[in-house]
Amino acid sequence: MNALHHVLHAFFNLHSFTLAMPDVWAGFQLNLKMMAIAEVLVLVLALAIAIVRGLPGPGARPLRALAIAYTDFFRGTPIIIVAYFIGFGLPGLQLGFISKQSFVTYGIITLTLVYSAYVTEVYRAGIESVHPSQRAAARSLGLSYWQAMRYVVIPQAVRRVIPPLLNDFVGLQKDTAIVSVIGVTEAASLAQQFSNNNGDFPSLLVAAVFFILLTIPLARFTDYLVAQRERRERAQAF
Amino acid sequence: MSADGNGAAPFVDVDSVCKWFGELQVLDHVSVQVPEHGVICLIGASGSGKSTLLRCINMLERVEEGAITVDGQCLTKDKVDVNAVRKKIGIVFQAYNLFPHMTVLQNVMLAPRKARGVPRTEAEWAARTLLSRIGLEEKADEFPDRLSGGQQQRVAIARALAMEPKLMLLDEITSALDPQLVSEVLALVRELADSGMTMILATHEMAFAREVADKVCFLDGGRILEEGPPEQIFSDPREPRTREFLSRVLAGGRMH
Repeated sequence: MNALHHVLHAFFNLHSFTLAMPDVWAGFQLNLKMMAIAEVLVLVLALAIAIVRGLPGPGARPLRALAIAYTDFFRGTPIIIVAYFIGFGLPGLQLGFISKQSFVTYGIITLTLVYSAYVTEVYRAGIESVHPSQRAAARSLGLSYWQAMRYVVIPQAVRRVIPPLLNDFVGLQKDTAIVSVIGVTEAASLAQQFSNNNGDFPSLLVAAVFFILLTIPLARFTDYLVAQRERRERAQAF
Repeated sequence: MSADGNGAAPFVDVDSVCKWFGELQVLDHVSVQVPEHGVICLIGASGSGKSTLLRCINMLERVEEGAITVDGQCLTKDKVDVNAVRKKIGIVFQAYNLFPHMTVLQNVMLAPRKARGVPRTEAEWAARTLLSRIGLEEKADEFPDRLSGGQQQRVAIARALAMEPKLMLLDEITSALDPQLVSEVLALVRELADSGMTMILATHEMAFAREVADKVCFLDGGRILEEGPPEQIFSDPREPRTREFLSRVLAGGRMH
């Protein structure tokens, strides 16, 4: 009984919890920043790679191969290793501008590279789910390949993949904590420092609460979109 | 509207076209000529090659042998501007294939705006004019899933007409419709035929084919087995296969 009391006290100490809050909150703002920038970059980069991967014809084969190699590499490599490569590799390469960025920027680059590989697959599934007859209809009207993609295929594809895409973003938000390994003082690392200094753990709980509070609205919003689509599809069936 | 006779080159000239899907030959030395303002109906069982022939004329499928010429331009040479050719040829599909994420008006305006560069106000005016011609101007701002099948198919025809094509290809456009919705679509096609549009129709509506066609071609196993004026094909078919096909279709009640 004494042991349990000890553990409970170590994790759920309200005083310590309140004390850790300002520090962890300061770090969490970095998580928010990295998350927001990376998500925008992922949306753009992943779509570009998905489109390259779907390019038709034998001439585009090298480009398609490159896109496949990209997704294979960044989906297969643990994010913590990518973070080390980017955070410690790029500065060491002495590539001028590229090697003089902050750790936060390297963190954003890491998140963007890794999550673009996932989201590329999501986009690709969406593009392939648009029935070929839609493309045929667009092309038969005289629209070019790119115009058919831009106005007919991609708008429908993106609409369909918003829920799984948001799901990947939940993962991205949490993984902003992982890039602390290259020296980004974000919420999780500050919580850990606080915990080391104080000899207890409520600061980690604070970080957990922040992440959860960020995720829940996104998860509910995703649920809402899925339900809305089901309603529409049911209405269409009658 | 009568077929040949004036010595001019046909508007559409399909010359001995062959096409395979893998091992399966779907078109076997098919030749068809359509004079300007002519209306040709392709009849035949499913899988006889009607749709494939239409898709070849619109370059949605590649032809392996033979030549297709539309309006003096050969489509089967190596360097053909596909997009330019397609702007002259409208095609309407069995399944309408309207763009579900766009309103009716946007469906009709898209190609004129993007493929031909018509300014927005002009394209919108033209689209609304077309929609009122087909009796659907009040549906302009609805999405396609709010329309009946017949209405959707009329919009699909309007969408093709918006590019001001010189040739219309209609691929079994009433096959997916409830019987009571067929007539509104056929009325629109009849109006097009009367206005002098050059058309090739793949259809199962034999009574309609008899009424609007200048010439009827019966396809069987990828070949044109018999062709001639509708009176002859429907009243006095020469080939046993044609007779067999027609009696089967008539037994299904498609004639009247």
